[in-house]
Amino acid sequence: MIADGVEDEEKWLAAGIAGLQQNAFYMHRALDSNNLRDALKYSAQMLSELRTSRLSPHKYYELYMRAFDELRKLEMFFKEETRRGCSIVDLYELVQHAGNILPRLYLLCTVGSVYIKSKEAPAKDVLKDLVEMCRGIQHPVRGLFLRSYLAQVSRDKLPDIGSEYEGHCRGCCGICASKLYGDEQIVGADAAPGTRPRKGEKREREERAKRSCNICDPQLVGKNLHVLSQIEGIDLDMYKETVLPRVLEQVVNCKDEIAQYYLMDCIIQVFPDEYHLQTLDVLLGAFPQLQPTVDIKTVLSRLMERLSNYAASSADVLPEFLQVEAFSKLNNAIGKVIEAQPDMPILGMITLYSSLLTFTLHVHPDRLDYADQVLGACVKKLSGKEKLEDKKATKQIVSLLSAPLDKYNDIVTALKLSNYPRVMEYLDSETNKVMATVIIQSIMKNKTRISTADRVEALFELIKGLIKDLDDAFHDEVDEDDFKEEQNSVARLIQLLHSDDPEEMFKIICTVRKHILGGGPKRLPFTVPPLVFSSLKLVRQLQGQEENPFGEEESTTPKKIFQVLNQTVETLSNIPAPELALQLFLQCAEAANDCDLEPVAYEFFTQAYILYEEEISDSRAQVTAIHLIIGTLQRMHVFGVENRDTLTHKATGVIFLLFHMFRKQLSIFQLYLTWALVFEQYSAKLLKKPDQCRAVYACSHLFWVDDQDNVKDGERVLLCLKRALRIANAAQQMSNAARGSAGSVTLFVEILNKYLYFFEKGNPQITVAAIQSLIELITTEMHSDSSTPDPAADAFFASTLRYMEFQKQKGGAIGEKYEPIKV
Amino acid sequence: MSDEDLKNILGGFYMITSIVVMRGSDGKSKSKFQFHQYNRRFVSPLRFYNIFDTHVLHAPQSLDSGFHQSIMNYLVGAFKPPCNIFVSFADGRSRKQVPLKKENGKTVMAALFQSQESIVGEVVIEPVHRKKVEHNGVKIELLGQIGLLYFLMSFIFISELYFDRGNFYDFTSLVRELDIPGELYERKTYPFEFSTVEMPYESYNGVNVRLRYILKVTISRNYVSNIVEYQEFVVRNYTPTPSINNSIKMEVGIEDCLHIEFEYSKSKYHLKDVIIGKIYFLLVRIKLKNMELEIRRRESTGSGPNTYVETETLTKFELMDGAPVRGESIPIRLFLSPYELTPTYQNINNKFSVKYYLNLVLVDEEDRRYFKQQEITMYRLLETS
Repeated sequence: MIADGVEDEEKWLAAGIAGLQQNAFYMHRALDSNNLRDALKYSAQMLSELRTSRLSPHKYYELYMRAFDELRKLEMFFKEETRRGCSIVDLYELVQHAGNILPRLYLLCTVGSVYIKSKEAPAKDVLKDLVEMCRGIQHPVRGLFLRSYLAQVSRDKLPDIGSEYEGHCRGCCGICASKLYGDEQIVGADAAPGTRPRKGEKREREERAKRSCNICDPQLVGKNLHVLSQIEGIDLDMYKETVLPRVLEQVVNCKDEIAQYYLMDCIIQVFPDEYHLQTLDVLLGAFPQLQPTVDIKTVLSRLMERLSNYAASSADVLPEFLQVEAFSKLNNAIGKVIEAQPDMPILGMITLYSSLLTFTLHVHPDRLDYADQVLGACVKKLSGKEKLEDKKATKQIVSLLSAPLDKYNDIVTALKLSNYPRVMEYLDSETNKVMATVIIQSIMKNKTRISTADRVEALFELIKGLIKDLDDAFHDEVDEDDFKEEQNSVARLIQLLHSDDPEEMFKIICTVRKHILGGGPKRLPFTVPPLVFSSLKLVRQLQGQEENPFGEEESTTPKKIFQVLNQTVETLSNIPAPELALQLFLQCAEAANDCDLEPVAYEFFTQAYILYEEEISDSRAQVTAIHLIIGTLQRMHVFGVENRDTLTHKATGVIFLLFHMFRKQLSIFQLYLTWALVFEQYSAKLLKKPDQCRAVYACSHLFWVDDQDNVKDGERVLLCLKRALRIANAAQQMSNAARGSAGSVTLFVEILNKYLYFFEKGNPQITVAAIQSLIELITTEMHSDSSTPDPAADAFFASTLRYMEFQKQKGGAIGEKYEPIKV
Repeated sequence: MSDEDLKNILGGFYMITSIVVMRGSDGKSKSKFQFHQYNRRFVSPLRFYNIFDTHVLHAPQSLDSGFHQSIMNYLVGAFKPPCNIFVSFADGRSRKQVPLKKENGKTVMAALFQSQESIVGEVVIEPVHRKKVEHNGVKIELLGQIGLLYFLMSFIFISELYFDRGNFYDFTSLVRELDIPGELYERKTYPFEFSTVEMPYESYNGVNVRLRYILKVTISRNYVSNIVEYQEFVVRNYTPTPSINNSIKMEVGIEDCLHIEFEYSKSKYHLKDVIIGKIYFLLVRIKLKNMELEIRRRESTGSGPNTYVETETLTKFELMDGAPVRGESIPIRLFLSPYELTPTYQNINNKFSVKYYLNLVLVDEEDRRYFKQQEITMYRLLETS
């Protein structure tokens, strides 16, 4: 019946308005001449325009408003008429002679309002009668508007307590109000006129829903609800005893899912929180009686949401909640609803539990057992079902599980909930990951410290979706970036685990290790480093403390940690991530060095060398590795501080092991030589010339360690640099030969920088002349015809020269040294 | 006339499928109650009645029947009656007057009597222009008459309807001689009195039947036609409030489609009464559009094979707009005062009966009409006001 087209609707509306105005005109004439009969006749005709079914509520409203204005005039006329001596009772009867029900009822309401004002009959009786008669309009739109009209005209006349119409018992107000309200709402029910349930006709359902939506013209419903809320006469007792039971009865009887949903929602939204709290029994009792297809979950969720907000609003109201045992009531109600609606999708169920949980958290933040109970119930309902496929449902579970995290800001609390991980088990691996991420983020946000191994254990149990491939590893189609993101967050989490007690910390580390080792080749590169570093932190912490502050039997010693570390890093080399493993070994070696644990450091170095030898094949990676090894080695004060000979011996052992070539005592210098050999051997095949060059000049540092006087071999340094120069030269020539143009001078400039470094450090072998000649060399190279201009190299060189200039100007010891150099 | 109206009208004559009535809840006494089929051919006779008067003009035997007074007056007027006759009642000023519809459609006020009352008054005869009027005597008669309109239906030619409207029966006839034969020269007044007249039947003006009470003054003359004057008055009889007045309650429906239960508070109503009731919808599986309550008058005339039943719908009172849901109850409140109702007449002088029915009609969205008709008894309660 809703209009086919907007245009047609406009046409009908225009026709309706025209008819209405015409009759209104005659009505005015009749009013002016005090002709009651004609006035009634024409007003009825005018109101007949409202009988149309062709207009949508929106357009109908326009028509209605016009009629409404006219009816005001009629009401004035009726008032005057009664003043002139016409009996209001007669008038009340007279308007009921109209044959068509809609005009009749509009007129009746109009007269009724005059009737109430005349106080010839108790207001409640008149109202009751009006409301009763209005039942004749079962058409949703027309009924809604009529009842709205009734509400409008009687708004100021409803028998509020304390108003001038007082004298009626309070119950009556309740009746009136609830009737008015109930009837009003029943209109919603009529929104779906097809009461015969037809299975499969989804379209019809949608249409009904649409129509129902149409009915919910917010303006009107809002108005009527407003009226109801204005009735001050409704206090808690009356609400409890009269209003609510009646309204609920109406709702249950209307038997239409959409309407019931709408009505329950209205009830929940319209009345104050306090009322809901006190009438929770009654209200909840109605839910299982609703149609099985009603969207109860949303309604209940809203109720709980409201109550939670109420509880959150002020601490004073919390005792009330305890008093009425809100939680157990809600819990029971949810159980019943789920039982009553076996077809309820899992989504609905979870939504319910989720809201209940939120409620519990707000109202009883101290009762962790309640929350656990909710989760337990949820698990029970979920059990027997496969992992959830429904996207929305899983989403709900995520929010269910996130709720305690948000509330307590503390994962520790959540870890106490024994049912928490059990709920998580029902998520698919994808969602499990999401949930785990949520947990981690919560921890990060709140900087929660998880400082016992037990909790760590529990936590990792929760987030195992992230640290392990769950059962279905094969459909791993995850986005690379996402995966990295996840793993990075796990890494961050590992960093956060901390305990001041080394003992406990060690336990934590072991726990973490246990968990992450199962992570597979893809995860380990992410998870192992943070673990290693936090272990190293522990090592340093121990190192900072007094020598063995614990008893003899103390288990946590750096040594032990290093053992664990060794094993851990080894897994990395197996997976294979040799570069990373190498780096970590070197880190460990350094830490061991700091702890003066020479054999351990030695062991780590060995591992690093093995890795370098056996696993690292990419030339670039090799260069990096060599740099790293050299850098670390350079800082290794354990080698050679106490027992240089032994150390060198051992170092030699390392080298020997590596290259299977030398088995003789090597000094650090010899070590370098060995290295040179290594380079000559390997670089000829593997390394590019520039890399080789860089490696060589980097080696120079091995012979000059600032804080160790015995490692200051200027000659060897010079040798290194010269060698580097040679290689650079060779590189230049190769490039000349290959491409016909000289390569970049960058290498020379870099070597110049090394020269300057050692020059400043006071290496006697680095002379002004050497530097001078190098500078000249570079300048010539740069200006030679064959050179290709390289702005970066030029800039590098220029800034190097500037540095020298700067040092000169600065003066002091260094400045003096620079003085002789001419730029 | 809009389409919708037309539909409603036509809809009224649509064939309606059967509906099962359930009496009581035992379910055993279920019986099909027939839905009446309105044949559209019956519409035509109805139309004929409306132009009945014009037919009468061509009917010679109607002249002195007294039934069609207006026509007579018209004919007589051509000759100008030699004298004027006035009939008046003794308590004419104080007596209640009620509107009375004449055959020509005009409504005049007529004096109201009831049974066992004495009818007292006077007749004034005034010769026109003081002409001498010779007569064979003057008399006044009180006649109670039933006029029936019969027609025989030809099943071949509907136009050949035969109206026998001359059938008049005087069920009451009282005569008072007012004057012996003689001459009238001047205005003369004759008092008359019919004491405690038995007038068991009420005046009635129906579609096919008319019951009336008249005072007929006749000045008999030789050679020329008599001079006749009629004075009609109305008789209404009052009955006390019935001691037993049960409500009408019934559950009706179509199996698995529609079950309703309706209740009218009474089975007997006085003419200014209000019908109060309720309709409960026990099961609604058809899309209803609206519901109305009709008051129908059934007038049956004649007897035996010549019985003709005429039903007219006096009002259609809309009770509900839109589709109800199960469990809904719709109130009924219908004031009877605006309608021209009469009491129920049961077999008046073996000539006719008038009965009233409440017809509850439910209309679905396809304009099918489902209805259930219930007889109600109407009675006239003495108005105290």
